[in-house]
Amino acid sequence: MGFISTSIARKVAMALSGLFLVFFLGQHFVINISSVIDPDTFNSWSHFMGTNGLVQFLLQPVLIFGVIFHFIMGFILEYQNRKARAINYKSFKGNNNSSWASRNMLISGVVILAFLGLHFYDFWVPEIVHKYIESHPEDPSRYFPELVHKFESPVRVGLYALAFILLIFHLWHGFSSSFQSVGFNNKYSRALKGFTRLYAVLIPLGFVFIALYHHFNQLPH
Amino acid sequence: MKLTLKIWRQKNATAKGSIQTYPIDGIDGDMSFLEMLDVLNTQLINKGEEPVVFDHDCREGICGTCSLQINGEPHGPDRLITTCQLHMRKFNDGDTIVIEPFRAKAFPVIKDLMVDRSSFDRIQQAGGYISVNTSGNTIDANAIPIEKDDADASFNAAACIGCGACVAACKNASAMLFTAAKVSQFALLPQGRVEASRRVLNMVEQMDKEGFGNCTNTGACEVECPKGISLENIARMNREYLSAGLKG
Repeated sequence: MGFISTSIARKVAMALSGLFLVFFLGQHFVINISSVIDPDTFNSWSHFMGTNGLVQFLLQPVLIFGVIFHFIMGFILEYQNRKARAINYKSFKGNNNSSWASRNMLISGVVILAFLGLHFYDFWVPEIVHKYIESHPEDPSRYFPELVHKFESPVRVGLYALAFILLIFHLWHGFSSSFQSVGFNNKYSRALKGFTRLYAVLIPLGFVFIALYHHFNQLPH
Repeated sequence: MKLTLKIWRQKNATAKGSIQTYPIDGIDGDMSFLEMLDVLNTQLINKGEEPVVFDHDCREGICGTCSLQINGEPHGPDRLITTCQLHMRKFNDGDTIVIEPFRAKAFPVIKDLMVDRSSFDRIQQAGGYISVNTSGNTIDANAIPIEKDDADASFNAAACIGCGACVAACKNASAMLFTAAKVSQFALLPQGRVEASRRVLNMVEQMDKEGFGNCTNTGACEVECPKGISLENIARMNREYLSAGLKG
């Protein structure tokens, strides 16, 4: 068995792809929150992200690969872990020794995956169609109204909020756990755990706030 | 004390097992959990029934032989003890106690509550040792100065008795805490550094071959470990593994 196909290599790969996605989430949040503070800034940053060649043709494929890799690896690990205990316990008190979030990363992950499907359908696919298929001329001021319009539907806002609540659970365990996976467990770990848990709660709640803000501050049609 | 025991009974390694119910009376709070099972077995033998098979040896918490998943937790509800150190005073009159074997594909049931944990032996054999000359001119280990923190951390890792509670507690049946303890106890000492890379690569490879699950850092192993082996050991093993793998 090669070095990269062992259980430790797999968990390190999971951790590194997770950390990359956490970093991306933070960057995404910074852009999105600008839509609440100043629509012009949001338009200008979105225009940059949507038209910059490096972002579009290098970072975007890397991000898509990161997302797909993280999910596929998660399913592979879950399959192997279920195989490792062929007969389940009649009585298993997981809550006595571990958190719900840590034991149910698959559940939170699947909800986030479903959300990503909706998110791609809502934003990414129309964007690709707009730019590369229908080849509309670029309008740097179109991003803000498009964003606000997406949050008009209460159902979409509800689904958005649900997914981000599950993301809190996913990050609550996953973010700090990724440091343990890459071997970082020392006197700074306690402080780092505090930061990761703060991030795990504040960033998803921030996204929910943005959705609610635009839902209640719709632009005239 | 009057109790209802729900015990996993399985004739042999290939038979299909099931939970059987046994009412038991006259249990004293000062009895150990294994003594309570001894009482049950005496009653079963007197009735001409097959006694319940379970692992035990030293009965003082140091050999790592006793196991048992008791009411959903390895070694029962108490912390930092083995099943043989669990007293019946932890339970109440009228309680129902579910007793199952440690469950993992790599810990197959031999009979009833007895499991085969030789997979741990094979992990240990894959590298859990140091090669020293034992022909008479061995250097005294105490002749090599070792920093106190490292000596303490190594000693704490060496406290692992290999009972398998970490595997039993883990939702993934992962053996990372056991393997990490065995890697760490040597990795922290100069005597163990010589074979450190080979050791961690071989032990992890053997751990995977045995069919244990992947660690997802739930921390259940650390909580349930009767010897308090810390998750720091898993982080250390991950570092050792990455460094050994990158060195090639």
